[in-house]
Amino acid sequence: MQLIECPWCGPREEVEFHYGGQAHVAYPEDPAALDDEQWAHYVFYRDNPKGRFAERWSHAAGCRRWFNAVRDTATYRFESVYHPDQPKPVIP
Amino acid sequence: MAEQLSRTHPLEAWLPAFAELSGAVRISAEPFVPMTVLRADPATAGDVRIRGAALPTAPGSWASAGAGWLIWLGPDEWLLTGPGAAPEALEEELRTLLRPVGGSAADVSAQRIGIRLGGPRARQVLAKGCSIDLHPRVFTPGQSAQTTLGQAGVLLLALGEDEFAVLVRSSFGGYLASWLLDASLEYAAPALTS
Ligand SMILES: [Zn+2]
Repeated sequence: MQLIECPWCGPREEVEFHYGGQAHVAYPEDPAALDDEQWAHYVFYRDNPKGRFAERWSHAAGCRRWFNAVRDTATYRFESVYHPDQPKPVIP
Repeated sequence: MAEQLSRTHPLEAWLPAFAELSGAVRISAEPFVPMTVLRADPATAGDVRIRGAALPTAPGSWASAGAGWLIWLGPDEWLLTGPGAAPEALEEELRTLLRPVGGSAADVSAQRIGIRLGGPRARQVLAKGCSIDLHPRVFTPGQSAQTTLGQAGVLLLALGEDEFAVLVRSSFGGYLASWLLDASLEYAAPALTS
């Protein structure tokens, strides 16, 4: 089974984690100003790259913290993990 | 006349089986102990002393606080056990300490029960259903882990070289007790170890 590194707890089995979708999706500055289509884009539309992807993960069965990870969607390899308040790494 | 109901331990039915185990693995149910979850920013709560102990900041560690344990749960979250205290009194004591630094305390005494595991084979028993590194050089006294044991989420504490506490949700206690007894069977049955 694959080990995922929690930024706090260290490497743990993947069953301890929950997937949270694409990272760095900012809440709209003025939600009331959005029309339905823009709101739908914010709520439902996500990137779907083949390759490196910045994602949100939660250490659900451990410290229960959210963190971000860059994962390769083709190989499942975790390239890096970082705290949620850190900027999105430059993904080559 | 109204029937008198007395409090029983959730693991009462398993106590006779625990008592039959040999010395290679010992299992016992911890008596009821009040517990409080603490939330605070470690940057502002660094000077707070909880029953003599500072809030541990190393992930996966615990410290003695009076007769109880002060356990790291997250970068801004801890669990305190307070043997002998009344749950409401413990909560109030911690609130008074943490309120000045913007922290909070909440009584969670009813959430978990404790199981004590000891003996030279205790690590092997845990390793059968726990994926963290339990090697004596890695999981040393003073360390803790929130992880899974069998199918149950647990808070695991290394108390000594071969002494562990397993804190588990009360409703999972029976399952975990059965699991631990099954895992201990090969080390604990007198006919097999002689
Ligand atoms: Zn964690």
